[in-house]
Amino acid sequence: MNALKKIFGGDTRQFGMIFALVFLIVFFQILTGGITLTPENIINLFNGNSYILILAIGMVLVIIAGHIDLSVGSVAAFVGISVALIVRDWGVPSWVGIVIGLLLGALVGAWQGFWVAYVGIPAFIVTLAGMLLFRGLNQLLGKSNTIPVPGDFQTIGAGYLPEIGPDTGYNNLTLLLGLAAIAAIIWGELRRRKAAQALGADVDEMWVVVTRLVLICGAIAYATYLFATGRPGTSFPVPGIILAVLVLVYGFITSRTVVGRHIYAVGGNKHAAELSGVQAKRIDFLVMMNMSILAGLAGMIFVARSTASGPFDGVGWELDAIAAVFIGGAAVSGGVGTVVGSIVGGLVMALLNNGLQLMSVGADWTQIIKGLVLLVAVAFDVYNKSQGKRSIIGLLLKNFGSKTETKAA
Amino acid sequence: MSETSTAPTLLEMRSITKEFPGVKALSEVNLKVKVAEIHAICGENGAGKSTLMKVLSGVYPYGSYDGDIVYQNEVQQFRDIRASEAAGIVIIHQELALIPELSIMENIFLGNEPTRFGVINWSEARLRSRDLLARVGLTDDPDTPVKEIGVGKQQLVEIAKALNKSVKLLILDEPTAALNENDSQHLLDLLLGLKGKGITSIIISHKLNEIEQIADSITIIRDGKSIETLDVKADGVNEDRIIKGMVGRSLESRFPDHTPDIGEVFFEVKDWTVAHPQVEDRLVCKGSNFFVRRGEIVGFAGLMGAGRTELARSLFGHSYGRFISGTVIKDGKEIRMNTVRQAIDHGLGYVTEDRKSLGLNLLDDIKTTTVAANLKGVSKHNVVNEDREFEVAEDYRKSLRTKTPSVEEGVAKLSGGNQQKVVLAKWMFTDPDLLILDEPTRGIDVGAKYEIYGIIQRLASQGKGVIVISSELPELLGLSDRIYTIFEGSVTGVLNKDDATQENLMKLMTAKRQAA
Repeated sequence: MNALKKIFGGDTRQFGMIFALVFLIVFFQILTGGITLTPENIINLFNGNSYILILAIGMVLVIIAGHIDLSVGSVAAFVGISVALIVRDWGVPSWVGIVIGLLLGALVGAWQGFWVAYVGIPAFIVTLAGMLLFRGLNQLLGKSNTIPVPGDFQTIGAGYLPEIGPDTGYNNLTLLLGLAAIAAIIWGELRRRKAAQALGADVDEMWVVVTRLVLICGAIAYATYLFATGRPGTSFPVPGIILAVLVLVYGFITSRTVVGRHIYAVGGNKHAAELSGVQAKRIDFLVMMNMSILAGLAGMIFVARSTASGPFDGVGWELDAIAAVFIGGAAVSGGVGTVVGSIVGGLVMALLNNGLQLMSVGADWTQIIKGLVLLVAVAFDVYNKSQGKRSIIGLLLKNFGSKTETKAA
Repeated sequence: MSETSTAPTLLEMRSITKEFPGVKALSEVNLKVKVAEIHAICGENGAGKSTLMKVLSGVYPYGSYDGDIVYQNEVQQFRDIRASEAAGIVIIHQELALIPELSIMENIFLGNEPTRFGVINWSEARLRSRDLLARVGLTDDPDTPVKEIGVGKQQLVEIAKALNKSVKLLILDEPTAALNENDSQHLLDLLLGLKGKGITSIIISHKLNEIEQIADSITIIRDGKSIETLDVKADGVNEDRIIKGMVGRSLESRFPDHTPDIGEVFFEVKDWTVAHPQVEDRLVCKGSNFFVRRGEIVGFAGLMGAGRTELARSLFGHSYGRFISGTVIKDGKEIRMNTVRQAIDHGLGYVTEDRKSLGLNLLDDIKTTTVAANLKGVSKHNVVNEDREFEVAEDYRKSLRTKTPSVEEGVAKLSGGNQQKVVLAKWMFTDPDLLILDEPTRGIDVGAKYEIYGIIQRLASQGKGVIVISSELPELLGLSDRIYTIFEGSVTGVLNKDDATQENLMKLMTAKRQAA
């Protein structure tokens, strides 16, 4: 177990989530007779969940700052239908429509951020109002009808990396992307190691580093293979690219920038943050605004994928996004949470959905199971924290550890 | 232990040992309390005082510790607080357990309501609460919401609540920590009165002068072991004797040596006036004037509620109060500080009196906290350089001698003294010209206090101005070069170190500005 911990770093929580994810994949792969890990299904999984995962990125920032946003589904629907109308009626190119959509999201976010940060109304209330308000606006603008979007708009929701270069039997760009990711991870790891050595801090032994890299890069290589060998015309999906860029950008912002530090500080102890010179109101405003921009983006991706915007787009998205964030280890009281954790939490939920669907489990049971998973994941967490242990996955880890130990014995 | 007293023993805790995973919090602790005495328990923070009281009151149930609790000549096996309360043992915690929205009466009878057929008999409750309030010397209407009475009175309501449970042994954990001088004295008198009526008290306190005043015997606990029990009258115990027991050595001096090197006036506040944030016609600072010289440690003395913290926080980026007026002159130029950020940029730092709720993000680790007020100092283009952050935190850990396995440890795990060092490091890293320290040694044990004083003196020697706000006059007298006194929002006087005594300070702190 110590070896495992070494390989995946000190954060048992994150390791535990990834472990849970791998477990689910294997579990469903066996139960569905191998349909889970097919190119079609994995591409489907990404396309069908990218908008929830994008919402989860915004939501984790909101929750770290100690707030909540219930309006994301309605905001997504409002921005989606506005952009669909603008592109259809004003005749602007799709990319202009998308830029307008992001600006519209920013505007909505500024509205909600204003009430939360500067008037001081709890975000729960402001966004509950927003949930009604923007749902109503969606239906008012669309007259409760469905508004179609043109083909080139659909790229951001249903597009794939194009086929270029020699015919290798694989999608060349997907392969390149995979190779680039692997190269970046190896380079980053080695650079970090060097920097740590220069500081005189402890570094992992070489075998640990190599094992870790082999495992991570192996997983990426396999995913690349799956994405590159899909049905002709499909490959790594465009929403997946957007998601990957957002994860990298927001992961960096939260962990390495001054703004990121300030978000954690405000969520952890607002008064202490203010007395350290953090402009807490500005931070509150920014996270709320950012959330609505991402909600607008998610809404547009969904519209693009379903080729039209409708009056019931985005219903219930807020709950999926919030569930992803909490499964991913964020604290209700704020100050705790990570972007990567929330993405993994969202993937766990997505895999559950997908696997149960493949097994032809009905929507009734799927909801029951998802509800219980959310409850159990957070309950383990709360229990383990009260016992002074690290978290969920202390438990998963412990079981895992004892199994390997008995095997070894 | 003296054998002069012949009073029977009420409580005996015999070789109590309590272990937590990885820590032995108590080891073979003995405590013997006689009927109708006031027994003080002294020890540094973390010595095990509170743990011992939790064992006694059933918070840690029978079976989770080793040793015996003999109470009224019987070995007790308390399963929970309810069981110990039924036996007449009531503990009043440092953080009061009153519900602010409920009335005094409702609080007194909470969990113990007089009922008839399951319905609360409020008229009986009202009658009984009048009687109970009279016994603790309160004349307030039992229907007053608890949030409307001051902390001092709330403490008395807690005692009334305990009396209602027919208490025989009253345990008070730091009862006067949040009280001003008058309320503290009232509480201590009340304890003496209860003692006269046969109620035994155990008191845990850091205020050694109070213990010296009211305790009959003192048990000293150090590192989870009972060191000694002193009989106050027979053994002629004084504060220095208690401290010697607590730290295990005698402290020759409670303050490190320091030769002040005082320069010119560089910071001056004129006619500073601040209104209460909610009640606009109530002024919390009224035309205050003061100045600070380079290298000078300036004390601010005043009773609780006199406006010391309000003055400091309103200066520090208007972080308290409304309608703030007055001028601040620094290095000959008038400066404006409307936000905390501006105050920090102008070279001010403020260490709050309320470390846990205003000073620290308890979720953070030491290195994040150390750089929290000066992220610019470790970042480039708004990106934090984590290597630099680590180095900075590590430097301060070494120079302030913070006791921690690593700077990546969470601040919540540190003791009060070490937390305060981390907070000091945070402000030192902003490189302030003027550092305002509000109750810098509150809740910190004797050994760590000495170190904090040393840090303050080093800052002054570097040419910085330091303002120290404190309720403990001996601390101000030992540390400051000059002391201002504050009463009801006004500066009522200033005394140089050599002229100041507890008596003349107290006079200025309690009276309006003299005709002069």
